Amino acid sequence: MKSLEIRDLTVALTASPEQPIVKGLSLTINTGEVHAIMGPNGTGKSTLSKAIAGHPDYQITGGDVLIDGESILEMEPDERARAGIFLAFQYPAEIPGVSIANFLRAAEQARLAEGENVDAAAYYKRLYAKMDDLKIDRKFTARSVNEGFSGGEKKRCEILQMAMLEPTFALMDETDSGLDIDALKVVAEGVNRLRGERLGVMMITHYQRLLDYIIPDFVHVMYDGRIVKSGDKSLALEMEAKGYDWVKEELATASA
Amino acid sequence: MTTTVSASPFAGLDAERFATHLAQRSYLPAWWIAAKQEAWNEFTSLPMPSRTDENWRFANLSGISLDHYAVPEEPSSRVPHLPNFPHASEIIFSNRQVVGRTGLSQELADQGVIFAPLDEALRDHGDLVRRYFQQHPVNLGGEKFIALNVAFAACGTFLYVPKGVKVDQPFVAQHTVTGEHQSVFPHTIVAIEDGAEASLVEFFVSGDQAAHLASGVNDLHAGQNAQLTYIGAQNWSPDTLSFQANSIHAGRDAQVQCLNVHLGGRQARHESHSRLAGPGAHCDMLALTVANGAQEFDQRTLQTHQAPHTTSDLLYKNALMDTAKTIFSGLIVVDPEAQHTDAYQTNRNLLLSDKAEANSLPGLEIQANDVKCSHGSTSGRVPAEQEFYLQSRGIDPAKAHELIVFGFFEEVLAKLANEHLHAVLSELIKSKFKQS
Repeated sequence: MKSLEIRDLTVALTASPEQPIVKGLSLTINTGEVHAIMGPNGTGKSTLSKAIAGHPDYQITGGDVLIDGESILEMEPDERARAGIFLAFQYPAEIPGVSIANFLRAAEQARLAEGENVDAAAYYKRLYAKMDDLKIDRKFTARSVNEGFSGGEKKRCEILQMAMLEPTFALMDETDSGLDIDALKVVAEGVNRLRGERLGVMMITHYQRLLDYIIPDFVHVMYDGRIVKSGDKSLALEMEAKGYDWVKEELATASA
Repeated sequence: MTTTVSASPFAGLDAERFATHLAQRSYLPAWWIAAKQEAWNEFTSLPMPSRTDENWRFANLSGISLDHYAVPEEPSSRVPHLPNFPHASEIIFSNRQVVGRTGLSQELADQGVIFAPLDEALRDHGDLVRRYFQQHPVNLGGEKFIALNVAFAACGTFLYVPKGVKVDQPFVAQHTVTGEHQSVFPHTIVAIEDGAEASLVEFFVSGDQAAHLASGVNDLHAGQNAQLTYIGAQNWSPDTLSFQANSIHAGRDAQVQCLNVHLGGRQARHESHSRLAGPGAHCDMLALTVANGAQEFDQRTLQTHQAPHTTSDLLYKNALMDTAKTIFSGLIVVDPEAQHTDAYQTNRNLLLSDKAEANSLPGLEIQANDVKCSHGSTSGRVPAEQEFYLQSRGIDPAKAHELIVFGFFEEVLAKLANEHLHAVLSELIKSKFKQS
């Protein structure tokens, strides 16, 4: 078992480091576990996932992020990825002229030792199998990464990358946003297939809907840069029923 | 007392060296010898480009001095291998001499196709060569260097494809220069007659990392309804001073595609002039440049539409790193009689460094009233979200840049119909990323 430990983390925009967005958040995710992080908009959920992946727009101003006790904060984004972190983007970038096949091959190549090369035949066999699983047309391999993709295609492409790169910890940033119910089911099925002993998932979502298809082991409610409530999947249902205002009121009562 | 003067093994670009060069070619046609003599006179009388010359705006003029270069007498054995891809015939030059050659198939020979080193073509087909030699010279500022080319031209090829003959596989020439301060002057003449189709690929490479001088000239002709593809891949040593002048002449309904890949050299100037001479003629002018270190690539283009219903499409893409510099200066001229012209000119610069400098001077000069013309240039940094996306998948920044540059270039490479050439050029471009 491996662990991703977020320890008393504070994060701000690199442009305004004195205004924290994530304000002392602690959470440990072990492989084999799926943690859902719910919360209203603007509460720091996306910031948390991007900061862990090393996005240059965000600055970690306090606390630490550790994989199996080793801090990853000194690592560049590509090193963090090779250390096992995978960020599934809410809005994946379009890269004109770079085919999905070449892009994923470069990502696989980056994980090999100097002098080793990706076995092209085995690579394509694996890629096509994963594409079939995710109901992605094989012709997609020749298309430029995310360019002209629909919302659903972009999200499926993110899950395809996750399936190919086999990360230890996946940070899924609003993977359900912009998906119709059919696309949501395909994406959820893809994630469920990847679940298991060797993967820990942090799943950020604004809506309970996704959790009908990907059943979390733990649910955390994030509010104003912190986790204010944790529980099991029943917490998500409670949130759905009572709304986020309930948390705000409860917090107000507690601090009064 | 006797004094031994140790002669330099190679002579410089002087009258004595020119006289020797000419004397060795007394067996060639008189018109050619006269043209060389005239070119030599022009070379010696023309001034070097000056600061006030608009054609040399932004260029580093102190870098183009021709002092200290010599004209080699002997070939070198240091000749890089030709990339492996299917082709009709090849000619390999080293220091101005033929060092390798594969013959034409009997079928092509029987059809009257000629693919020969320039000196041989002049000896055996002098009048035919004369018909296409410098008929439409380039006048974009490099006249002195074109004159130097003609004066010393010996290496270069003559490709002649008679009426209606279609050759699928490309002809290939490689020009190699080796040895400190050595120079080469490739002069290529291509004539694709009416209804014929052929392509020529030229590789410009150094056999070592020394300082070289290269001045090349192309005369490319496409007859009526002919299809001509020309690819020039320049990968000289990092210390080479390079000049190249491309002349394209497209007849009625001719289709010309011209792609130049610029990788090598300390300072490389490329001038290209397309003349759309017959109604319905089309020309694609394409270029890809990877500029790194302190390299300077200077590209000057002219698209002249001389006949109605002609089209031209220019797309020059530069990727700049480190403190590299590029200059693009392009002009579209539409003559009064060239109605219904479609002409496009686009220069795109991808800056991978804050210290790189991309200069762009697009221009139009339209004298007809019913035409579609546009020009545009853009220069931009690699979008940060693209860079982060690739890195977030474990790809290091250098490789991420390489992928983004290839993505940027793909729009041009995808225009190549020959997939082997697409692969060969991709590999060649990749090799530049491996060096740095």
